[in-house]
Amino acid sequence: MEKTIKMTKGTVAGIIANLVFVEVDGPVQQNEICYIDLEGTKLMAEVIKIVGTQAYVQVFESTRGLKVNHTVEFTGHMLEVTLGPGILSKNYDGLQNDLDKMDGVFLKRGEHTNPLEDDKKWEFKPIAKAGDVLEAGGWLGEVKENWMPHKIMVPFKFEGKYTVKSVASAGEYTILDNIAVVTDEKGKDINLTMTQKWPVKLAIKAYTEKPRPFKLLETGVRVIDTLNPIAEGGTGFIPGPFGTGKTVLQHALSKQAEADMIIVAACGERANEVVEIFTEFPELDDPRTGRKLMERTTIIANTSNMPVAAREASVYTAMTLGEYYRAMGLKVLLLADSTSRWAQALREMSNRMEELPGQDAFPMDLPAIISNFYSRAGFTYLSNGETGSITFIGTVSPAGGNLKEPVTESTKKAARCFYALSQQRADSKRYPAIDALESYSKYAEYPELIEYFRANIDPDWPEKIGLARDILIRSREVAEQINILGDDGVPVEYHDRFWKGEVIDFVILQQDAFDKTDASTPLERQKYMLNWVLDIYHTKFSFESFEEVGTFFKRVINQMKQMNYSEYNSDKFKQNEKELNTLIEERKIA
Amino acid sequence: METKAFQKIYTKLTQVTKATCSLKASGIGYEEMAIVHGRLAQVVKIIGEDVTLQIFSGTEGIPTNAEVIFLGRPPVLKVGEELSGRFFNAYGDPIDGRPPIEGEERQIGGPSVNPVRRMQPSEFIPTGIAGIDLNNALVTGQKIPFFADPDQPYNQVMAMVALRADADKIILGGMGLTNDDYLYYKNVFENAGALDRIISFVNTTENPPVERILVPDMALTAAEYFAVDKHQKVLVLLTDMTLYADALSIVSNRMDQIPSKDSMPGSLYSDLAKIYEKAVQFPDGGSITIIAVTTLSGGDITHAIPDNTGYITEGQLFLRKDTDIGKVIVDPFRSLSRLKQLVIGKKTRADHPQVMNAAIRLYADAANAKTKQENGFDLTDYDDRTLKFAKDYSDKLLAIDVNIEVDKMLETSWNLFNEHFEPAEVGIKQEFVDQYWPKN
Ligand SMILES: Nc1ncnc2c1ncn2[C@@H]1O[C@H](COP(=O)(O)OP(=O)(O)OP(=O)(O)O)[C@@H](O)[C@H]1O
Ligand SMILES: [Mg+2]
Repeated sequence: MEKTIKMTKGTVAGIIANLVFVEVDGPVQQNEICYIDLEGTKLMAEVIKIVGTQAYVQVFESTRGLKVNHTVEFTGHMLEVTLGPGILSKNYDGLQNDLDKMDGVFLKRGEHTNPLEDDKKWEFKPIAKAGDVLEAGGWLGEVKENWMPHKIMVPFKFEGKYTVKSVASAGEYTILDNIAVVTDEKGKDINLTMTQKWPVKLAIKAYTEKPRPFKLLETGVRVIDTLNPIAEGGTGFIPGPFGTGKTVLQHALSKQAEADMIIVAACGERANEVVEIFTEFPELDDPRTGRKLMERTTIIANTSNMPVAAREASVYTAMTLGEYYRAMGLKVLLLADSTSRWAQALREMSNRMEELPGQDAFPMDLPAIISNFYSRAGFTYLSNGETGSITFIGTVSPAGGNLKEPVTESTKKAARCFYALSQQRADSKRYPAIDALESYSKYAEYPELIEYFRANIDPDWPEKIGLARDILIRSREVAEQINILGDDGVPVEYHDRFWKGEVIDFVILQQDAFDKTDASTPLERQKYMLNWVLDIYHTKFSFESFEEVGTFFKRVINQMKQMNYSEYNSDKFKQNEKELNTLIEERKIA
Repeated sequence: METKAFQKIYTKLTQVTKATCSLKASGIGYEEMAIVHGRLAQVVKIIGEDVTLQIFSGTEGIPTNAEVIFLGRPPVLKVGEELSGRFFNAYGDPIDGRPPIEGEERQIGGPSVNPVRRMQPSEFIPTGIAGIDLNNALVTGQKIPFFADPDQPYNQVMAMVALRADADKIILGGMGLTNDDYLYYKNVFENAGALDRIISFVNTTENPPVERILVPDMALTAAEYFAVDKHQKVLVLLTDMTLYADALSIVSNRMDQIPSKDSMPGSLYSDLAKIYEKAVQFPDGGSITIIAVTTLSGGDITHAIPDNTGYITEGQLFLRKDTDIGKVIVDPFRSLSRLKQLVIGKKTRADHPQVMNAAIRLYADAANAKTKQENGFDLTDYDDRTLKFAKDYSDKLLAIDVNIEVDKMLETSWNLFNEHFEPAEVGIKQEFVDQYWPKN
């Protein structure tokens, strides 16, 4: 544990943008944090390379005005976050500074704010009792954070077993009060508070097992849940050219997904998009709990205009907070928009250090960095038998919209769900622009999940999904033929086949993220609508000419869209359904 | 240019390249400004005593014994009410023959606004152009470029938007502007009687290209003064950001940095984002809205400059010549205002979003019909109707010479729907159809 040693000092020897060379007078460690004293302003920086007595540090803030010989103090630790009650509902920057505690309109260099509140009282209830033997991550007690049971744990840095000597009785405490005493294996007593620190670049491994994900994580987005489902504890990514709907989709997930806690890492993207969350989430209800969405949300905002080096840190900060809540037995959904910006931050630094560049000038080890990051997500069993999970979905912004680029390719190897946004679908406003056929979910093939679908949704669910996909594929093929041969160059049945695919596209795949009702579809309703479109597929209709086909199915689609826009099973819904039935009867061959 | 009495003068350059020179000096701050042989320069690298300076106007003719004076500060702009109505160069020095302004010195390229101090943009900016207001409504605090081929009338459209936009200040950042275009802007603003709310920072094609790098920061420092200190609504016009990015690549190439895509610097995304993210809405009413121009080469939006821009800005506007009607229109397919949903149907009539989407969908059907036609296939009755609709829609709504109010745009759309289609073909929520479908 913490030893009191003389901290290393240094002086600035050179500056290129936010890369600073520091001449040091003692030992330094890779990724150690240091502070550069720019005439009283402390600039935070991280060691990224060491050559002899020179440490190369990347500064998390602007280096304007920095001079050679300015002094540097090393801290002896890596970039850490502070863990404890009070993280929920916070707006942090990439280094976990509480943005709301900062003064003034502009971000000031060297301003570091407390991520938690030292004087706030929390209602504490003990869980462990004297004599219990716990390991790192073991639950000592809990406080109510918003509505969530926030577990107070044995610090993750502790190694070995600890015997609980005493736990504070129920009552109000601050995060700095002693809430427990534990005895280590050598018989030494240690006082514990509600807070601890953890270095963000290292994974918190306070779990006993990480099985393959086996449960569905409901998102309310039809093209995901129905056609390309993501599992609880799973990973996915959303690549797409600009403007195709990555952020809108992530926001939809953050609003609707069935999770206890949402962490949104705005990584090098637009500030206005973060403001949208600040503004809307305190007003919007979480349909599952009736609480406000902001109560289950934490935002890490390191927008594109904020310091580039902190962008890289921001995704790690977000992941570490997720791991902390996962160890409490909670279901965490972590969203990062956009992981490409983080890769670009790595590229900028690697170029400045004149490292040998890999493809597109990205660092050589980019694939390893990405897969290492994705591997921190997952479903876990905790030592007390409870479960906790982090589901991670990142966006990727491929240069020129071309998926053959290093970030997309590396991520494809790491993530198990692939939600490809198509420029063509976005251009024709077929939102969400996920190309359902191009996209995939590896989880849909897991026997564990297939069992889960049969047991929890519909015994024939996997077959129905397979059929829906086939219909879409055939519709697409026919569309191509019609394009080549002309409307009357193909039999009328071809039009029927084409339009039955369009029904699935318009009614299941397309979903209006900005409509109160349509935005989120519970699984029960997804099943209902899927059965509907499959029924239509199985129905034989009589048509004289291809014109009739299009006209008819447009009316069907219109009617079904009205259903999507109405509250499930409301009078309006039923009325629309009745009209749909009438419409179908008109053409149906008995 | 100012110098101070006690300043040390250096006279020995150790290295001169196309864009930079180096010398031995101490006590120099990073990004500090200097004067080298009478030219403005900025510190870009310090290694021990070796200081490298980037010379904005280029190093042609700089001798090794050139005089170097460090100014002890980063680049600054003097701000104050007197900025109004004035024309400056990239360094913030007047080019209108009037005296320099007296005011508070502000560092340009300053820090970012704390995201929690922003407000969600919610104020609609009507421009009268239906291709913008109906399909791509603009909002104060937004940043949006025109993606345009060099021969398109983007400067005209931008000037028109600026003048109709009801802004307290309009700040023009001209980069590589031809002298003709510079005079065009000056004239239009003068004729509109708007000169007193215009401020211009201009680098023309006659000035050294690298100087352009300073223009956006100058313009935005002035914008922040009016938006933050004076709570005003500021509209910033940046034209042409492609030439700005080209200047960045000149510098980085000359400094031997490893180029990334299209020989642009690897930091292009961050460099552009720093500029565009200055767009902001404050709770007290002050705002900065940025409308920019990114010229394309051969319409290629996958080139690194438009591509990175698209990832940063809140949408983009495309102009296109519609040969069927012989007019320039705002292309409804490729144009997008990301912030439109914050105002349409909220600040405008409730049917706005659905009318917009329906019309664009029908316009897309027309495009398909057109392809069919070109491929020699027979058209259906529906195809024929979409084609007729598309022509009317283009002429009465998309053309940039349209200047009407939003309600009128919606009315026009409903009339076109009625003229060419059945309600079921239009696919709008029934309640709106009941309310707005023309009864005849
Ligand atoms: N599901 C949807 N329903 C309706 N409109 C949508 C939907 N998804 C996206 N859009 C439209 O597309 C626009 C762009 O979406 P979004 O901001 O999510 O794109 P993006 O992929 O994140 O782009 P960038 O890479 O530039 O950040 C939105 O502003 C909205 O107008
Ligand atoms: Mg986005």
